[in-house]
Amino acid sequence: MQTKRTRLNPNIIAALFLLPAFIFIAIFIIYPIFDVAHLSTLEWNGISPDKEFVGLSNWKQMLHDTHFWSAAGHNIFIAVFSILIQMPLALSLAFMLDRLGRKTNILKIIYYFPSLFSTTAVGLLFAFIYNPRNGIITTISKLLGGKTIDVLGNPSLSLIAVFSVICWTAIPYYMIFFLAALSGLPMEIYEASIIDGANLRQYFFSVALPMLKNSIKTACTLSLIGSLKYFDLIWIMTEGGPNYSSDLMATYMYRTTFRSRQMGYGATIAAGMFIIITLFTFVFQYLINRNTEEV
Amino acid sequence: MKKFKKIIVKLCVALYAAIFLIVSILPFYLMLINSVKSSRDYGRNGFFSMPQELKLSNYVKVFEDGIFSYFKNSLIVTVVSLAILLFVALCASYAFSRMKLKWTNTLFMLVVACMSISLHVALIPIYLLTRDVGLYDTLAGLVGPYVAFNLPITIFILTNFMREIPVELEEAAKIDGCGHIRLFSTIIVPLSKAGIVTVSIYDAIAMWNEFSFALVLTQSPESRTLPLALWNYRGQYSSNVPMLFAVLFISVIPMILAFAFGQDKLIKGMMAGAVKG
Repeated sequence: MQTKRTRLNPNIIAALFLLPAFIFIAIFIIYPIFDVAHLSTLEWNGISPDKEFVGLSNWKQMLHDTHFWSAAGHNIFIAVFSILIQMPLALSLAFMLDRLGRKTNILKIIYYFPSLFSTTAVGLLFAFIYNPRNGIITTISKLLGGKTIDVLGNPSLSLIAVFSVICWTAIPYYMIFFLAALSGLPMEIYEASIIDGANLRQYFFSVALPMLKNSIKTACTLSLIGSLKYFDLIWIMTEGGPNYSSDLMATYMYRTTFRSRQMGYGATIAAGMFIIITLFTFVFQYLINRNTEEV
Repeated sequence: MKKFKKIIVKLCVALYAAIFLIVSILPFYLMLINSVKSSRDYGRNGFFSMPQELKLSNYVKVFEDGIFSYFKNSLIVTVVSLAILLFVALCASYAFSRMKLKWTNTLFMLVVACMSISLHVALIPIYLLTRDVGLYDTLAGLVGPYVAFNLPITIFILTNFMREIPVELEEAAKIDGCGHIRLFSTIIVPLSKAGIVTVSIYDAIAMWNEFSFALVLTQSPESRTLPLALWNYRGQYSSNVPMLFAVLFISVIPMILAFAFGQDKLIKGMMAGAVKG
């Protein structure tokens, strides 16, 4: 009945199609998770042949490491304020562009500019914009009769300075995201609510916003996960400094591993990061989906 | 009174739009004007003044200094990784979407779970592995991690895309005696073209701008990619800042071109990445 070719077991065919992908995933994603757990039990500089097994002492060290917890705190600071600041601004810009219609297409393109830069380019650019000699903050301060301000070199300002840059690149991204969601809303709903006498503000808060609930949830989740694993921009601008003031989990891990050459402890931080990110993602998902029984 | 209030509201919206316009474009503008200054001009008149004369020699010098080889490295890594990634992801997506087997569903959940794993967790093991197999400080060493960390999202998007292809087409082909390989290569892949374009843009941008793996897995200028080169230039041009701005400007040109020519597809690609949560 069947031809010779189709008689091959479908399970084997599927396995052959999936094999290449799972070789990559096994080597570069699954194996590293186990290896990082293994490395976290070692005292090792990464080069010498003697690796000393130290059990859980790295983990104990991490639990009492104030630098690690302050770095984790900075991650959470970024996560919370990203959601509180970026989401409302991105939503309002998207709503404005949506209502103004196609004639403001050029505005949309310009607003999107910051998201076109690579993180390296953004980081270097802002390192100059913030530079203490003739950067923007010093210039403004001098105009007001003040003195030189080194934003990135000041422990109480560096995190906020870097966070502003994060907002600068992230807001356009979420703006486009919300704009896409808004343009997916049926035109009739807008027309109907205006005929019913709603003004724009009422339309936004009582009609559009509830309908965007799922997009907002997705954006918040993305922002949370992104904030917990932030690395590039901070490393380029401050390397976590000065004096740990803008350090994040990932920058602390990188510095410990590749600068101080503590492979074992670095791996412990990476594993700790993995646990924290997973935990936060689950809790956050649970919290935002708790009250909504969607069918 | 009501009219008055309306005008105020309109003014506020206009002001809001204008502030964001300035904030969005100012850094770009600063980059541009500083890239055509002489370093004396920059030193004397600072960051915000207009250039006294248009000096394009910065750009010439940057090319003479060999930025082109970094461009080439980035291009090679991106193209090779993208080609492998697409092939591997298309195969897997075909099995996930068109072959209805129970155990593949479980594997698909595993792929989805992999999407939220941070690459920094895997950084140390991958560094050690790359060093042990002798690929440290080579372009080839970057390909594996680039493919692997973009695979989950790419498979996810392509699988969802392929699920939309009607089964009738497939059945007709099967009756004609079409095997899986031919079905895959002559029907499913060509029909997934729109999805492939979208993920390609998303993945290419991610790889072109990738920083962490390139930082850890490469060392010498011969195998460093553009984002790392920018970083190195900071030290190299510390006495000639306008040069650095010229380099920055050159590095964003591909993105500006991509945006100018494929605005809609680019945005779609970025949105496709947004399901990553």
